[in-house]
Amino acid sequence: MSELLLSVKNLMTTFVQGGERQIAVDDVSFDIHSGESFALVGESGSGKSVSALSVLRLLPSNGKIVKGQALYRGEDLFLKQESQMRPVRGKRIAIIFQDPMSSLNPVMTIGQQIGEAILVHRLVDQSSLKSRVVELLEQVGLPFAARRFNEYPHQLSGGMRQRVMIAIALAGEPELVIADEPTTALDVTIQAQVLALLKEIQQRNGMALWLITHDLGIVSEMADHIAVMQKGKVVEQAGRERFFSHPQHPYTLELFKAVPSIEHCHPQAKDDEHKALLELDQFKVYYPIRKGLFKKVVDHVRAVDEISFSLKKGETLALVGESGCGKTTLGKGLLHLIPNSGGRVLFNGLDLNSLERSELRQARRKLQIIFQDPFSSMNPRMLIGEIIAEGMKALNGELSEVKRRKRVEKLLKQVGLPPESRLRYPHEFSGGQRQRVCIARALAVNPELIVCDEPTSALDVSVQAQIIILLKKFQKEQGLSYLFISHDLAVVAEIAHRVAVMKEGRIVEIGEVEQVLKNPQHPYTKSLIGAVPKLNMEGFG
Amino acid sequence: MVVYWTDALIFLLAIAILLLGWRASRKEHLRRPWRKVAQNRVGMVSLVVLLFFVVIGLLDSIHFYPDLDKGSEQQSGEAISLFDKWVTPIRLQEEKSYSAPFASRLFAKEMIEQPNGQVVWDYPRLKYGGAHLVDEGVKKSDILALTAGGMLKGLGFWLLVTSSFALIRWRSLSKMRRNLGLVLNGATTLPLRAITLTILFLSLCTFSAMELAPHYHLFGTDKVGQDVFYQALKSIRTGLMIGTLTTLVMLPLALSFGILAGFFRGWVDDVIQYLYTTLSSIPGVLLIAASILMMQVYMANHEEQFASLALRADMRLLFLCLILGITSWTGLCRLLRAETLKLREMEYVQAATAMGVKRGVILVRHILPNLFHIVLISIVLDFSALVLAEAVLSYVNIGVDPTTNSWGNMINSARLEMAREPVVWWSLAAAFSFMFTLVLAANLFADAVRDAFDPRRASD
Repeated sequence: MSELLLSVKNLMTTFVQGGERQIAVDDVSFDIHSGESFALVGESGSGKSVSALSVLRLLPSNGKIVKGQALYRGEDLFLKQESQMRPVRGKRIAIIFQDPMSSLNPVMTIGQQIGEAILVHRLVDQSSLKSRVVELLEQVGLPFAARRFNEYPHQLSGGMRQRVMIAIALAGEPELVIADEPTTALDVTIQAQVLALLKEIQQRNGMALWLITHDLGIVSEMADHIAVMQKGKVVEQAGRERFFSHPQHPYTLELFKAVPSIEHCHPQAKDDEHKALLELDQFKVYYPIRKGLFKKVVDHVRAVDEISFSLKKGETLALVGESGCGKTTLGKGLLHLIPNSGGRVLFNGLDLNSLERSELRQARRKLQIIFQDPFSSMNPRMLIGEIIAEGMKALNGELSEVKRRKRVEKLLKQVGLPPESRLRYPHEFSGGQRQRVCIARALAVNPELIVCDEPTSALDVSVQAQIIILLKKFQKEQGLSYLFISHDLAVVAEIAHRVAVMKEGRIVEIGEVEQVLKNPQHPYTKSLIGAVPKLNMEGFG
Repeated sequence: MVVYWTDALIFLLAIAILLLGWRASRKEHLRRPWRKVAQNRVGMVSLVVLLFFVVIGLLDSIHFYPDLDKGSEQQSGEAISLFDKWVTPIRLQEEKSYSAPFASRLFAKEMIEQPNGQVVWDYPRLKYGGAHLVDEGVKKSDILALTAGGMLKGLGFWLLVTSSFALIRWRSLSKMRRNLGLVLNGATTLPLRAITLTILFLSLCTFSAMELAPHYHLFGTDKVGQDVFYQALKSIRTGLMIGTLTTLVMLPLALSFGILAGFFRGWVDDVIQYLYTTLSSIPGVLLIAASILMMQVYMANHEEQFASLALRADMRLLFLCLILGITSWTGLCRLLRAETLKLREMEYVQAATAMGVKRGVILVRHILPNLFHIVLISIVLDFSALVLAEAVLSYVNIGVDPTTNSWGNMINSARLEMAREPVVWWSLAAAFSFMFTLVLAANLFADAVRDAFDPRRASD
């Protein structure tokens, strides 16, 4: 057994919010040994990030460590002076944050930012600084490391930025690296690369890794030792083998059950007599690139490039691809939320591109959209009831106030919310509840097609499962069609009948879900499927 | 009865605010944030202070010609306001020149001819300030006695008001007793204790001032012997006018242009941007000077339309508000445009578009309410800036009419007073403290309103 590095004992952290004290972390204890990977798993708000921030004493001003110990090689970090904490942070324990976009300073070069981290700990002198930075950049696998030294964060992609963040964390040669959801903001293929990198560095440098994540797939690929958090408490703690073969706590079992798997595709039997509800023919969305004094259009960014497909009534077509492949642009473009550059959108045989504005407004009621972020998709100054009733008011104004209220209440009940919630504001609800409201809003106008733009990617895995069940229920009851935009192949496997894989504005592969996921033809599809972290429980069972 | 333009506008504004308030009280989702404002202690205290100022300003905006039978008020033939009528003694008690607060003698020595024909170089007695005193040695105790009397009256008035209010609200005595305990402990949802204490403080101040003012000059007198306290009170109306009427001119311009530019972009945006960059590239002071001078020339050429001095002063005030409004909308417009650009990309706007909501409705329902906090903050900040701008403009003689009482004019005249030795500090002090109280109260109240109307903040 390797030596004990960090031992957290009975940690309790509270937050004061609006005069009320809330317990974020409640009596949490765990140990991390040198060289091992420890994973703290839980849903959002379970207190896993707060535990990490508590150990580093980086809590926001309204947070407070009430009791407990964090013994780092036997020394209690909570008893140290603030000035004594600085050599611990970065040099002993380093942290990698979730969002590489906002954790780098946009006006400093990559080299400066890594150099800063090295100089803080006075590990090398000024003369050999540059070579050390380049060495670090090479270590994290950034191509053309020497050239990157003078580049700025905006010149790098998300995955490369996360590599830079890792390089900064490694700059102090720490013994423990805390990775707080290091890949959540990244595409699945990039995620696989970053995880592999973390694993490789860990083995090479012999450091310990404290991984904070919500994704059990990542856990099964990375962790030696796992703790599950729920509502501030650690409910289960186990070694890798026992955790996956014999999960004990009901909450853990629930988590396992909620995880969608790429293996689970059950396409329902479809009625082939239905004719196409939506047909796209050579659909294009181009953004002009303007140059020169007179802003002459020199070229186009082909965000959506001559896409054609059709969607039947009662069918779910999933659109998968990595960020920037144009899938969201396609969804918004076919709803005419952003202007398109040509092609035909036939909806029920009606070409939406040829309609006048007022005709389009009428046609729109049959085409609705549910957005990814349930926080920004509702006007924060309107009541839930008004939000849901808005479409009804706009499309059939003749509905009386009372009838409208009845319908709003009925819709709320259908999506599993109490009817009284119509008098509340969006911020009073959790992410999953808000997404339910968004579904109710879309259903309020009796649509035939709903474009679901990553509707579950901002949600916890158990909530995600509920939303998918809800969507499926409405499809069954009302014969809805979905255009389901997602980057998550496992979710797609759960809900879709057919899958279209998009890359750089084009569809590279389209077909039945079973066929595409189990027997991919295009190399890009193969690499996507290969990158998904597998939750392989049979291996231990 | 005579109605000046600014009077009419300020009352229209007051009525509009009342109507809006009545409408808001009938809608649950509008009532809720206001209820939250009502529960905010600081907000309610500042509201009471603000209302006190507003009432004085409104009283000062009802003008009429005084009864000419009462001999003493015949002198000018100018209309006076209800407020003037109320404070009549101090309005007319003019000394010869400077006198310090609560002084019974002038501030500078003069040749005084004694009854026996001897001429002495001394501080002469004031005509009104402390004139009732035979022995000046008892001045201090006299002031204390008057203050105490005023405070007693104030306390009585306050008791009368609060108890009658309590009677209306709680009807029975037993209920009153029970609620009294709650109020004293500050346990009521409305911060009644803070509100009543503020009212007590204000009524104590008002009644003491009412007792003292006929016998002393509370804030001394200015160069021509006018009571500074009276000037400061009269300036409240000017301050409120400049603050509110300018906003009234500026707000529709800034709102409509800002939203249109941000929402429709394209050529609409270009036109509006050119408009405000052009406007803001002309120095504001020059534009104001030019307009005010043109206005003066116009009034000089059409004397028959502006018969009285007060009418001219009023027109000049109105015109100043107008021109200040026209020159000051660009800043807010730019802010609103930027915010609208951000909001139009929000997903709830897209969701509404997808639902077939008309663009006009989207503007009113989704964009406008989410701009509210910016509008509110900048109105309040502008309010203080405008009161100050008025002072600056008075400095170059293009502000309000010199005959109009305003804090700006007072501060402007204080320039020379500060250069004197010994310093004449009371004009500046009076203008400053009144302005400070008004602006602070407005700022604190706006803070409370903004917090209550931001649902994201309401949760914590």
